[in-house]
This record gives sequence, C-alpha cells and structure tokens, in this order.
Amino acid sequence: MTETTTASPVEYLKTDELFVNLGPQHPSTHGVLRVGLTIKGEVITKAVPDVGYLHRGTEKLAEVRGYHHCVVLTDRWDYVSAMPNNLVFCLAAEKIMNLQVPERAQYLRTIMCEMNRIASHLLFFGTYGIDIGAFTPFLYAFREREMVLDLFEMLCGARLTYNYIRLGGVMMDTPPEWIDKTKEFLDYFKPRLDEYDTLLTYNPIFMDRTQTVGLIPKDTAIAWGLSGPNLRGSGVNYDARVFEPYAAYDKVKFDVPVGKTGSCWDRYFCRVAEMRQSVSIVEQCLKLMQPGDFAAKGVAKVPKPPPGESYAHVEGSRGNLGIYLVSDGGQSPFRLHVRAPSFINLAILQDMLVGQKMADVIAILGSIDIVLGEVDR
Amino acid sequence: MGIVLEKLPGVAKGLPGGEMLLTTAETIIDWGRKSSVWPMTFGLACCAIEMMASYASRFDFDRMGVIPRPSPRQADVMIIAGTVVKKMADPIIKIYHQMPEPRFVISMGSCANCGGPYWDSYSVVKGVDKIIPVDVYIAGCPPRPESLQFAVLKLQEKMMKMKLSATHGAAPQQEKGSREIAAE
Repeated sequence: MTETTTASPVEYLKTDELFVNLGPQHPSTHGVLRVGLTIKGEVITKAVPDVGYLHRGTEKLAEVRGYHHCVVLTDRWDYVSAMPNNLVFCLAAEKIMNLQVPERAQYLRTIMCEMNRIASHLLFFGTYGIDIGAFTPFLYAFREREMVLDLFEMLCGARLTYNYIRLGGVMMDTPPEWIDKTKEFLDYFKPRLDEYDTLLTYNPIFMDRTQTVGLIPKDTAIAWGLSGPNLRGSGVNYDARVFEPYAAYDKVKFDVPVGKTGSCWDRYFCRVAEMRQSVSIVEQCLKLMQPGDFAAKGVAKVPKPPPGESYAHVEGSRGNLGIYLVSDGGQSPFRLHVRAPSFINLAILQDMLVGQKMADVIAILGSIDIVLGEVDR
Repeated sequence: MGIVLEKLPGVAKGLPGGEMLLTTAETIIDWGRKSSVWPMTFGLACCAIEMMASYASRFDFDRMGVIPRPSPRQADVMIIAGTVVKKMADPIIKIYHQMPEPRFVISMGSCANCGGPYWDSYSVVKGVDKIIPVDVYIAGCPPRPESLQFAVLKLQEKMMKMKLSATHGAAPQQEKGSREIAAE
C-alpha cells in the first residue's frame, strides 16, 4: 500500500487479520501446546488449541500391561503431581478387585496426595510468575519444592515419578524419621506462604495484570466442564474431596477456597490458598494416623479381576481426575479411559481467548495451569 | 584469567609490564565455546520439570555457564527433555536446523534415548537419535538434575576436542545417530 496518498487516514490504517502460531516450542506454553491465533490488530478473533504433540498412547498401552504395570504409566500423565494419578488408578482397580485398603494406607495416601498438591502448586506459582514477568518467585518456589521432593525421595526413591501408591495400599511404610522431617518441613513452610503473598499475590503490579483478564463467569465454567482450581476460581464450590470423599478425606476438616470473579488472579489465589489447606490436612493426618498395615494382604502378583467396570475420580492438583476401567477377566485392563482435567480445562481457551488482547494470552494460558502430559496422555 | 592459565596447555610467561599467553586458536575457541553452553528452553515432557529444577535455586545451572535461551537462534545446545512423539518429530527437526552451528544435542531420559516406558507405543519415536544426531545420552526416568549437569560436563569435554582444521569451526554434522567428535 504505497500509493494510498489519497485514501482517508482511517482507510489507510485498516488492518488485515493475521495468523500467529504459538508453540509447539514456546517457553510459556508449559510443554508442547500449539495455539493457532488469528488476530486483528491487538485483539484475538479466533484461537484454536492444537494438542497431540505429546500423545504417547497410554490408554492403548494399558491394554497390554498388567494392572501393577499400569500404575507406572499413570505417573507420567500429570508428571507434576503423580500421586493422585497413582491413587485414582488404584481406586478404580480396587473397586473391581474388591480390595480393602488398611487404614494406615488410607492416611498415607492422603498425606502423599496433599504433599504432591503442594509441590504442584509451587511449580505453578513459580512458572506463573515467570509467565507474567516476575522471575524471583520461581527461585523461591523451587527452594521449597525441592524440600517436598526430598521427602518423597526419602519415602520411595523417586523425585517425580513415584509409583508409590499401589494396588491395595502403598509401596512401603514411611521410614522412621520421615514423619518428624515432614513436621519440620510444614513448620518451615507455613511462614513461607505468607512470604509468597508479599512477593506475588498482593503485589499491585501482579494484581493489576491478572485481575481483569481471563474472566470466566460461573455458568460458563460449569458449561465447559472445568474442574479444580479453575472451577473454584469462578466461585463454584465443588471439590471431590468434600463431596465424594476417598482415602481419608472424610476424617479431616478443611476449607475449600473459592474465588469471586473467575479472573486469572482468582484462579491463582485458589491455588495458593489450597496450599495452606493442604498443610492443614497433612498435619491432621499425621496426628490421626495410627500404626498398622500399609497394604492389603493377598494382592495377587498378576491380578485377574472378574469382568466388570468401575469409575473412580479424585481431586487431583489440576481438577477432577477420573478413570473408567473395564475388565474382561484377563490380566490387563480391557479398556482404560482417563477423564483428564487438563484436557477439559484447555478446551475453554478457544472461547476465552476471543476478544482478549494478544499480550494477555500467556497470562490466561498460565492461569489455566495445564500439564501437557495429561492433556495428550 | 586464572582459569585460562590453569586449563590451557599454552605457556604463560611473566614479561616486564604484562603477561603473555601462548595457546592455539582452537583451544581458546573451544574453551570459550564450552564455557557458555546456552541451551534452549524446550521442554517436552516429565524430564522438563527436572530440567527446570536444574536451572532453579538448589542446582543452579548458571555456575556452569548454562543459561536458558527461549529462541533456537540464540542456543548452542538442545536438551531433548521428554518423549518424542511422531507429531512432534517434525517440529524438532525444524527447531534443530534453526539453531546456529556448531549445535549440540543432549538426549535426556529414557524416552528420548530409546522410547523408555513407551517402547511399544504406536505414536512414540523410539529414540530422538532416529531423527537428529545426539551428543550425550542420560539415563533415567526422569534423570536427576545432577545427571543433567553431568551431561553438560561431558558435553564440555567433548567440545574441548573439537578441531578447527578438521571442520572449519563447525561441529561435524550428520543427519542422525550418535555423534562422535574424534580426537586426534
């Protein structure tokens, strides 16, 4: 448009739509998500998430693995918090197999899931800071996250992929000094949460940046099937731990943090508030836990459950994680289906990003807190 | 300068009014190259979390001169941190070729080495060395941050063997497989 000297200024400034490709290699997509964005000026007119860059075929692989081996696969869905994944598969399989889990194992499962929730939300806290432009929280969050990982390492030898929760209970009882170390960590961690609040949560720049973008109204959140902190950030009080308790969640008391407007900040705040609740849950469990068996007796080495189907769901760190398991009497599942919260939470992006500014895309994407391992499985 | 004097095979002599350093061009180029290994922030799967842990407070990759760069154009080394699936193989090759030469690849974890737990999956590339050349392999699922740091140390050893005369400054390039830098 070089010869437009006669055109009116408005006509001259008219822009075309532009296609911007975000990912799959982008430092802020938290993995290998690709989003095709159509923008007009600064405003997004169309957003198409493209998933499948980490599709490893886990559901199909489960059909040729034994039930014990499937637990290994579950670790690698939501690799930031693997314990709830282990748990949900074991719950579904135990339902088919009619296994009774001893009480100590129930408490241990609860403790591990909550510790892992802390580790997972700490990672969110750190990386969301980076997404927004604050690098320091990342270093603070990883300092504490390493301590949680040390405790897990002491417990089961792994830092990330635990395979700790097994069919009928857990892998092994806690080492003798583990409980003291955990109490020590919790005492150390509680003041750190206040530190995070001063660092990021109530930071005026951060609040201005996140409180007005990515609004999800209550009914939209329900309509898109969101779960976890994304749903609760919109003000819907739903938590599987409260409404359908599993493990030892019916024996502990805790609040469910709920947001108000459903903005990025509300979702962020729900996660930070959840960490406080997790600390309280772990403390209560440590108090209530009695010595006893850590696994059910008589779990077969090669389980062959009777034909049937079962569904179990837990409140994972990212939302309502469910497993539908069908057995045909063989030594591996006939069908395994995962209701992956990240995948379902991701779907709302195509609706939510439209009308937003280009610069807010990463802030919104980060606040949804997806893990691509779980999206693609 | 202290490190240079220790590590370089050249002769440094105290002269009146200054110091003189005698070395070969390729040694000092290799030394410069290995002292600022900039990887690309490119996480694929679980190993990416351990890669992030290596950059963070406890493990502190910066002390080895490793600073993550978000763009392939500014990166020296690509850490394949996670499972390479068939859909991702094409972008990986593209990103690899966007990196300036000499470029290096660290294959982090069992999935990138050989498929790992997904050795019989229909959608996984059984090892990233089937599509791009790999310099260092790390075992583990996922490897610990220390392993990744060890891999960088190994890569630095490899870089010190590079010959200017043989390759005109660039790393010997090949399409795929395990890459050797031959020492004379």
